[in-house]
Amino acid sequence: MKTCLIVDDSRVIRKVARQIFETLGFSCSESENGQLALEASQQAFPDLVLLDWNMPVMNGLDYLRALRHLPGGDGPVVIFCTTENDMAHIQMALGAGANEYIMKPFDADIVRGKLEQLGLMDA
Amino acid sequence: MKAEDFDLLSKIIHQRSGLVLGPEKAYLLESRLVSIVRKNNMKTIEDVAQALRIKRDEALIADITEAMTTNESFFFRDQKPFTLFQKNLLPALVTARASRKHIRIWSAAASSGQEAYSLAMICAEESARLQGWRIEIIGTDLSRDMVTRAKTGIYSQFEVQRGLPITLLMKYFQQIAGDKWQLKDSLRQMVQFREGNLLTDPGVSGSFDIVFCRNVLIYFDIPTKGRVLNTISGLMPPDGSLILGGAETVLGISDKFKVVPGEHGLYVPAGAPTQTRASA
Ligand SMILES: C[S@@+](CC[C@H](N)C(=O)[O-])C[C@H]1O[C@@H](n2cnc3c(N)ncnc32)[C@H](O)[C@@H]1O
Repeated sequence: MKTCLIVDDSRVIRKVARQIFETLGFSCSESENGQLALEASQQAFPDLVLLDWNMPVMNGLDYLRALRHLPGGDGPVVIFCTTENDMAHIQMALGAGANEYIMKPFDADIVRGKLEQLGLMDA
Repeated sequence: MKAEDFDLLSKIIHQRSGLVLGPEKAYLLESRLVSIVRKNNMKTIEDVAQALRIKRDEALIADITEAMTTNESFFFRDQKPFTLFQKNLLPALVTARASRKHIRIWSAAASSGQEAYSLAMICAEESARLQGWRIEIIGTDLSRDMVTRAKTGIYSQFEVQRGLPITLLMKYFQQIAGDKWQLKDSLRQMVQFREGNLLTDPGVSGSFDIVFCRNVLIYFDIPTKGRVLNTISGLMPPDGSLILGGAETVLGISDKFKVVPGEHGLYVPAGAPTQTRASA
């Protein structure tokens, strides 16, 4: 089963996301900030990371940069999922190594579409 | 709603668009017509039916029909037909049309334009091999509102996230407001949109190398599907390609087209040689 790490400081968002990803056949774990996500990622890389931007302790962008610097850290597919919806933020995320970008609010259809394009699910 | 009014309205809608409304849709019809009743300063649906019995008011008929059609669409819908277009159909045409350097593509029942623009984005991505080529992409739809929307190339944040990879959003769109995105002029100029009714006047003429006609035949009865497929076949060269939606087929409906084994959703004119395509 493919694994998905959900990184968001909102418990509500994590719950919604978990529901969507579990329905799509992922086994999910959660972190409430970038630091905890980094620790979890060092234990075992997930196949996929759903990543919020603004979080206390360590934000999503810093997590992503740190992840990509780990040996093997280019493996996980990272999808940003944030209310930041301007081109500058999106460019910055892609520049730091994000594979996809979801602008909140999102729903199951959007997630499914992104996963299909990334080849993580059959169309 | 009175049964005789439902019969009249559903018959008119069927005549104009091909859309089949079973009696179970009476409630839907009623709820969707509320705004039209109001707009025409009428009180009830009975008034609408009565007005149509007295006079064939084309504007009113258009309004009623458009209220009942489904316009849902999204970028790169179902993905596979677009991969097929990019990897097989387009390269085959680049070879087959090498002397003319002209390809015509029709997005029939284009709705708000996502399908036509997805094809345009693929052509833009393939621009290196299309240097000096003329690529015409034409989208048609019955609904005037949809054609107007498609021409603007403006989509909500929600719409640009359904099916569209973020890299293509960055490359081919500009953000015109917090949650509104518009296709860049260079992309919009690749596509034309027009009104067209697949049943009567499709809104296009000449010959199309590739026709996308997806998620519209499902709303029609078999004779209507057959008529539309015949119309399309008359607008296609012997080596043309037709792409239908995932739940649509030509089988048992029209003998103008045949299936391409192994390529779900792809159909070619019945007279086409079997081995020439999709060999990639
Ligand atoms: C569900 S949308 C399909 C859009 C797009 N082809 C896709 O697959 O995403 C169906 C469209 O068919 C249009 N339509 C319905 N009857 C039609 C007709 N007789 N001629 C042309 N368009 C028609 C509707 O206005 C609507 O926009």
